[in-house]
Amino acid sequence: MMDNEIDRELLEKIADMLGKPVGAFNIRKDCGCDGRQSTEHIQILDRDDGKAGINIRIADGTVNETCHIPVIITKSGVEETVYNDFFIGENCDVEIVAGCGIHNCGEQTSRHDGVHVFHVGKHSRVHYSEKHYGEGDGKGGRIMNPQTIVYLDEGASIQMDTTQIRGVDSTKRYTKIVCGKDAEAVITERLLTHGDQVAESDMEIDLDGEGARGRVISRSVAQDSSNQVFYPRMVGNAACFGHVQCDSIIMGDAKIKSIPAITANCTEAQLIHEAAIGKIAGDQLLKLETLGLTEEEAEDCILKGFLA
Amino acid sequence: MLELKHISYAVREGDGELGILNDISLTIEDHRLVVFTGPNGGGKTTLAKIIMGLVTPTEGQILWNGQDITHLGITERARLGISYGFQQPPRFKGLTVRRLLTLASGDETLSKDRCCQYLTKVGLCANDYLDREVDVSLSGGEVKRIEIASILARNSQLMIFDEPEAGIDLWSFARLTETFQQIHTAGTATMIIISHQERIISLADEVIVVGDGAIRHRGSAQEILPQILADTLGGCPVLTKEAKAQ
Repeated sequence: MMDNEIDRELLEKIADMLGKPVGAFNIRKDCGCDGRQSTEHIQILDRDDGKAGINIRIADGTVNETCHIPVIITKSGVEETVYNDFFIGENCDVEIVAGCGIHNCGEQTSRHDGVHVFHVGKHSRVHYSEKHYGEGDGKGGRIMNPQTIVYLDEGASIQMDTTQIRGVDSTKRYTKIVCGKDAEAVITERLLTHGDQVAESDMEIDLDGEGARGRVISRSVAQDSSNQVFYPRMVGNAACFGHVQCDSIIMGDAKIKSIPAITANCTEAQLIHEAAIGKIAGDQLLKLETLGLTEEEAEDCILKGFLA
Repeated sequence: MLELKHISYAVREGDGELGILNDISLTIEDHRLVVFTGPNGGGKTTLAKIIMGLVTPTEGQILWNGQDITHLGITERARLGISYGFQQPPRFKGLTVRRLLTLASGDETLSKDRCCQYLTKVGLCANDYLDREVDVSLSGGEVKRIEIASILARNSQLMIFDEPEAGIDLWSFARLTETFQQIHTAGTATMIIISHQERIISLADEVIVVGDGAIRHRGSAQEILPQILADTLGGCPVLTKEAKAQ
C-alpha cells in the first residue's frame, strides 16, 4: 500500500492522506484493492452482484468516524466502472472521503467511472468530499465520469464537497439527491478546466419532503480553450427551500454554459437560482497590485480564493 | 518626499484632446498630512491615481524619495512604499477579510490580534468579519472600512485615501478621523487624503484645492476652509441671491 512516490502524491492530492488513514478505508489501485480496513462500526465488503466495487455499511449511532475510499490509476489504458453503495444507519455523524487520481504517462486513455449510491438513515449527518486530479505527460486521456445518487431519510443531511483540481481531460458528472422530510443537502462544487478539457455537470435535487432544504454553490474557472456546461436543477415537491448559485470565471478562449433550473410543484416551495459568468474584473487586479502583487500573482490569488 | 513636476493628463475627445490635469507641480515632505479637496470632476482622484500608477500622465515627472517613478508600474510603486485606498473598492468572491489583510501586510503569518487591531481602528469587530468574504454580502460602508483597514495593514510610507469617509456612518467616521490623527502624530507615514469633510480637512498640515485640472489654492486648513465655504456659496447663484436677500 502506498508503495511508491506516485501513489503517495496522488493520495495526498485527492484525499489529503499522508499515510495509512485512521478509521475505515479502502484504497483501489489499477482495478484492484491496495488496502482495506473495516472498523467496529464501519464495514467495507466486496459486492455480491458481480459488479466491481464495494458495499459500505455504517451502523446506527456511529459518530465522529471517517471512511476513506480513494481510487488511483497509475497505468495507461485502465478503464473501469466501479459501483460503491453506502448504507448509513440512523443518528450517525460520519465523514466520507472519496476522490480519484489518474497518473497517465502512456498513449492510451485511462478512465474511471465511479457510481456512488448513498442511503442515509433518519437524522444522520454525512460530510462527503471528493477530489479529482489528473497528471502525467503521456498523450493518453484522463477521464472521470462520477455519478453520485443520494437518498436522504427524514431529518438526514449531506454536505457534499466536490473539487476537480487539474489535469482531467474530460468529465461528465451526474449528481442526484432526493430529500425526505426535514432533510438537507448542501453541495459545493469547485471545478477548474484548462487546455482543451471538457467538463459537464448535471445535477438534480428533489425536495420531496416537507421542510426539505437544498443548496447548490457551484464555482468554476475555465481557462485556455476549455469548455464547461452546468445544468443544476432544483425541484420543489413540498413546502421546502432551495437555492442554486453558479458562478464562473471565464478566461482565454474558454466557453461556459450555465443553465440553472428551478421547478416548483407545490405552492409552498421557495426556490431561487442565480448564475453569473464573467472574466476577472480589472479593478480586482489593480487593487491587489496596489498591495504589491504582480498581475500574475494577483490573478492566481483571485482564482485560488474563488475556488477555495 | 514626493515631487510632482509639471504633471499633465489629457484624454482623446473626438478629434481633439480634453485636458484633465494641466501642468501640476507639487512637493509633499515626509510625514505630512495633506488633503486634496475641491469640486467634483476637478481632477483630485486622477492626480492621486497618477501617484499610485493607476493612471499614466501624458506629461511630467514623479519623484519618490528622489527616485524617478514616472514609468514604474503599480506593483513596483507599491513595493517602494506607496499605497492607495480606493473610493469604490472592488469585491472578491472567496477572498476573506483575513486573507486581504494578510496580503496587504505582506506577512503570511499575520496574527489574529494584528488583524483585530486594524479592524478596530475602522470600527469593525474582528470576530464578526475575519472569516467573511469581501463580497456582495457586505454593505458598501463595510467594504469601505475593510479597504481602509487594508491600507493600515500595508503600513506603507505613503498612504493615499480617496474619500475615505464616503459611505461610512457618523460613529465610524469619528473613529476613522482619530486613526488618521494617531498616524499623523506618530509621524510614521505621509498621508494624502482626498476629502470634503471639514473634520478631515482640519487635521491637515496643508490643504490643496484642485479644480479644473489645476491647483487653485494651497495653504493651512485655517486659511483654506473659509475660502472653500465662500467659493461654495459664491458659486451658486440661487444661494447667493438668498444670502443677499437675508
